[in-house]
Amino acid sequence: MTDLIRMSAAQLAKAIADKETSAVEVATAHLDRIEAVDDRVHAFLHVDREGALAAAERVDKGEVTGPLAGVPVAVKDVIATKGVPTTAASKILEGWVPPYDATLVERLRAAGTVMLGKTNMDEFAMGSSTEYSAYGATNNPWDLGRIPGGSGGGSAAALAAYEAPLAIGTDTGGSIRQPGAVTGTVGAKPTYGGTSRYGLIAFSSSLDTPGPCARTVEDAALLHSVIAGHDPRDSTSIPQPVPDVVAAARRGGSGDLAGVKLGLVKEFAGDGSEPGVLAAFHESLEALVKLGAEVVEVSCPHFQYALPAYYLIAPSEASSNLARFDGVRYGLRVGDDGNRSLEEVMSLTREAGFGPEVKRRIILGTYALSSGYYDAYYGQAQKVRTLITRDFESAFERVDVLVSPTTPFVAFPFGSRTSDPYQMYLADLFTIPTNLYGGPAISVPCGLADGLPVGFQVMAPTMADDRMYRVAAALESAVGTLTPPAL
Amino acid sequence: MAAISREEVAHLARLSRLAVTEEELDRFAGQLDVILQSVARVGEVAAEDIPPTSHSVPLTNVYRDDVPQPCLTQDEALSGAPDAYEGRFRVPRILDEED
Repeated sequence: MTDLIRMSAAQLAKAIADKETSAVEVATAHLDRIEAVDDRVHAFLHVDREGALAAAERVDKGEVTGPLAGVPVAVKDVIATKGVPTTAASKILEGWVPPYDATLVERLRAAGTVMLGKTNMDEFAMGSSTEYSAYGATNNPWDLGRIPGGSGGGSAAALAAYEAPLAIGTDTGGSIRQPGAVTGTVGAKPTYGGTSRYGLIAFSSSLDTPGPCARTVEDAALLHSVIAGHDPRDSTSIPQPVPDVVAAARRGGSGDLAGVKLGLVKEFAGDGSEPGVLAAFHESLEALVKLGAEVVEVSCPHFQYALPAYYLIAPSEASSNLARFDGVRYGLRVGDDGNRSLEEVMSLTREAGFGPEVKRRIILGTYALSSGYYDAYYGQAQKVRTLITRDFESAFERVDVLVSPTTPFVAFPFGSRTSDPYQMYLADLFTIPTNLYGGPAISVPCGLADGLPVGFQVMAPTMADDRMYRVAAALESAVGTLTPPAL
Repeated sequence: MAAISREEVAHLARLSRLAVTEEELDRFAGQLDVILQSVARVGEVAAEDIPPTSHSVPLTNVYRDDVPQPCLTQDEALSGAPDAYEGRFRVPRILDEED
C-alpha cells in the first residue's frame, strides 16, 4: 500500500477489511499528512490524534465492525463530539467540551469510522468563505491565497488536501455544496429531516441539514447511508426508510442516464455567473446528454426571491437560536465582577464572544421579527418560501432533477467580499432555493475555470436523494475527478 | 431613504443583548441598510392568499411514551458552566439590592 491518503473511502474500507493494511496505518498516514500540511491549509481546529488511534486500534482488534470500519473522517466543528472540543468556530464556545455525542457522531462510531478531528468553518456556519471563523480562515488547497468556500470550508479543504477521505458538513444555505464546488470535491445536502440535527449547534433550525463530503460520489453515498435515517431525538426527523443512495451512485457510475430528464432553470441562466463557470457547466450538460439524458428548460419564477427570503428567515431563526449563548450554562462569561447585573454580563459576554457576521445576523433577525416589521419581512418571506416550494413541485412534474452551476463564481481571493456582506451572500444564489424547499442537492466537480474547480449542482425531489447520486455519479464517470496541485 | 437608522440598530442591539461599540454601530447601520434594501425585494411578490411555510417537513408534534432513560449526570451538565455553586449554575445578581 503506497499512498493511503489518496485512496477513496470505499478502497480504504476494502483494504482494511481484507487485511491489506490496518486501521492504525491508515489513521497514522492521515494524521501525519495533517501534521505535514495543515499549518498551510488550516482545515482543522482540533486534531484528536489519541482518540483517532484508539478508535483505529479497536477496529484492528475486531471490536468494531461496520461498513466504513477504519476509514478516517473529519467532522465540522458545529457538531457535538463527546470529550472532544466543539466551538462552532466561535470565541463564545472556546474550550467547550460537549458531554454528549450528536446522533450522527454515534452513527459514525458505530460504523467503525475513525474521527481525526474537528474542521474549521465560518462562525456558527454563517458565511461562504471561512473568513468569519474566529480562529482564522482555511486556505484553499488549489490556491492558498483563495477561500475554500463556507461555511464548511475546513471539511472541504481537508478532503482536497488529502488530510481525510471523508468529512461531515452542514448545509443551511449551501455550506456543504459551495465549499465542495470551489475545492473540487463532492458535497451532498440530504433531504431536510433525512439526517438528524440532534447534537448540531443550531443556526436556522428549519433549514440546517447535516450531510456527507467526499472526493468521490460513491464515497459521499457511503457516508450518507451511514449517517442518515430516523432519529427519535430530532422531532423533524423523517420516519421513512433512507433511499438506497449507494446503489444509485453505483448505477450512475456505470454511465447510463437513458431517459433521465434534467431541468435547466431558465431564471438561473443570466444570473451573474462567471463565464468560465458557465462554460464548464454547459460542457458537462453536453456530457450528460451523451449518456442518454434529456435537457428540458423549466421556469421557476420565484427562485429570484430565494436569496432575499433566506436572508430574512435564516437570521430570524438564528437570532432566536443564539439566545442560548448567555454566559450561564456553557462557554464564555465576561464582566462578572460581582457588581454587574445578569443582563450587563450577558451583553458584555455576547459582545466579546460573537464575531461581526454573527452580530449582523442577530440584529437583522431581531429586526425582521419585531412587531411592525414581522408581516412585511419574516411573514412575507415564509409565503415566498411556499411559492418557491411550489416552483420545485411543478418543475418535478416535468423533469427528474434540476441542474445548475453550484455557485456563480470560482474560489475568490481572501478579503474580496468581506467589506460588503451582501456580495458574500451571492455565493449561495443557486444553493439556497433547495434549502427553502427542503429537498436534496449535490455538488460534483465538473471541470476547471482559470485553473480553479467548478461545481455542478443536481437538485432532486424530497426523499429522492438516490436520484441526485445517480446523475452526479454519471457526470463523474464522464468528466473524472479533479486533482489539486501538490501542496 | 435609509431602511434602518443608527438609532434603530442601537435599539435592536440592546434587545439582542449585544453591548456593541460606537464604531460597530456606525459600520452595522450602513451594512444592514444595504442588506435590508436587498431583502425587502420579497415585498414585490403578490402573496396575500399564500399560506406561509415555516418548515419543509409536514410533521405534527411528536409524542412518545414517558419511559425513563439515562441522561447527563449533574456533574456532566455543569461541566461546561462558567461558574457553578453547590451543584447549580451560578449567575450574576438578577435583582437590585432593594428588591
